[in-house]
Amino acid sequence: MTPDQIVFLIVALFTLGSGFMVVTSGNLVHAALWLISTLFGVAVTFALLNANFLAVVQVVVYIGAIAILFIFAVMLTRKDIRDQGPQVNKNWWFGALLSVSTFAGLYFLLQGWEGMSKTASAFPSGFDAVAELGNELISPTGYVLPFEVASVLLVAALVGAVYVAFNPRSGK
Amino acid sequence: MGFWNDPLKAAADWLMDIFTGWGMPELATQILVAFLGVLLLIVILMVLDIVLVWVERKVVSRFQSRIGPNRVGPFGLIQPFADIIKLLIKEDITPSGADKVVYNLAPILSMMSVLILWAVVPLAPQILGADTDLNIGALYIVAAGAISTLSIIMAGWSSNNKYSLIGAFREVAVMLSFEIPMLAVLLIPTIFAKSMGIVKIVDAQDTWFVFLAPLAALIFFIAAIAELGRAPFDMGEAESELVAGYNIEYSGMKFGMFYAGELLHAFTFGGFWAILFFGGYRFFGLEQVNPILAVAILLFKAFIGYWLIMWVRYTVLRIRIDHMLSFNWKFLTPMAFVLLMVTALLNALLAETPPWVYVSSMFLSNIALAWGALELARSYSRREREKVEGPKPAVETTHH
Repeated sequence: MTPDQIVFLIVALFTLGSGFMVVTSGNLVHAALWLISTLFGVAVTFALLNANFLAVVQVVVYIGAIAILFIFAVMLTRKDIRDQGPQVNKNWWFGALLSVSTFAGLYFLLQGWEGMSKTASAFPSGFDAVAELGNELISPTGYVLPFEVASVLLVAALVGAVYVAFNPRSGK
Repeated sequence: MGFWNDPLKAAADWLMDIFTGWGMPELATQILVAFLGVLLLIVILMVLDIVLVWVERKVVSRFQSRIGPNRVGPFGLIQPFADIIKLLIKEDITPSGADKVVYNLAPILSMMSVLILWAVVPLAPQILGADTDLNIGALYIVAAGAISTLSIIMAGWSSNNKYSLIGAFREVAVMLSFEIPMLAVLLIPTIFAKSMGIVKIVDAQDTWFVFLAPLAALIFFIAAIAELGRAPFDMGEAESELVAGYNIEYSGMKFGMFYAGELLHAFTFGGFWAILFFGGYRFFGLEQVNPILAVAILLFKAFIGYWLIMWVRYTVLRIRIDHMLSFNWKFLTPMAFVLLMVTALLNALLAETPPWVYVSSMFLSNIALAWGALELARSYSRREREKVEGPKPAVETTHH
């Protein structure tokens, strides 16, 4: 095994283990913290794939904003942080079957893909991935339409949140 | 000459030769030397941190017309070491209701979030924190801030103390909201340098960016103070309301980690302020003479930034949290975004003009924007005041 593979295996095990802890830990705040370590593992995976920008955005958006808001919501809405009752319901075997078959299906699909066994070629020197990404996102031949549609979606979410929080009686 | 031009690389090559001479494989040697480099940087930073304790206490006492530590050693220089010994031999208490793992992890994360910031700091033309210039350096600063937010909420929650939880909530509210103007303002040096890499940002500063965007420098400074949770944005600690905020239950060296982390964080933001807006290690070509001189220039600028942060901290009173949040969301954030748009537009329009036109119009647009924003705020507050007090009389009546 090359060092890259060893590092990847460690990171993957860490990510999967944390993901497992998210769904099994009884304490909701602990589950949120394990979620953060899962997301961090994903960020490290991005960094291993030379996608620095995605790795940092993963940390900023998912850990810095979304996970923190999760913790806030849990702390502010629950009187008791601990989850009462069993961790699984009687359909657990169906969920397990579904996830195993999804994994197997993806595995067999990707077996037929030639990129599975190839190693990625190194970046040419002077290649700036962030600049490329930026150009693609705003170029008319690239992804400008999906990018703008996504921003409209976010604005709609923002307006919706303001509308829900707005109290017409007090006018505030 | 080789050593003096690039001492770190010379030392690393020397170590590499020794280790490979012992028959170690190439890769293992590289990893070991890189690890030793990181260790060296962290040790230097921690020693600097000890000095910062003394600097902070001495400067504070000057601002408050006191003398400060002056008993242990000349000018009280040995005082921080006495403090460290005290912190180390203090009883290490974990509250019985605390969540032990999270409780103990929080101070480590707090310190870590500061130390990882130094990975992107260009100390001198040849000496970088990281081996290469990360092309997302400016965003990396915000990512490290996310981890520091996390450490605070972990500390506040795991202590199982209402004061610390309220402190953590307030602090995180401040940090999350001030991250937005900071992120918008970080894009302005990025526009000037056409790259997010910190080294490229420093290289592009033939004119310091503070002359191109004084308003951006000011917004970054305000947002940095808020990120640090220092006065006037210290709702998280607010001694008079919350005892000590999120770190209330911590004792001994665990408290020391929070304290030292905060000081180093302030110093680091002083450094980033210098790097992003004041040319980093550049000072009229002096940085080309010797890398050690360049490091000294950067440290000097960082200390000036740190001193300004302290000056604000010990002069301005704490702002109420709702005032602070509306200041951020209704004033600072819109201003930062408008500034970003104006800068991007002007940058595109003036790309072909000679430098002096570019610099002066950038500077003037910043001043005009700041003036306009202040006028808007003033007329708004006048209207609000009139709503409460009734219209102001045309002539000021004097009471005898």
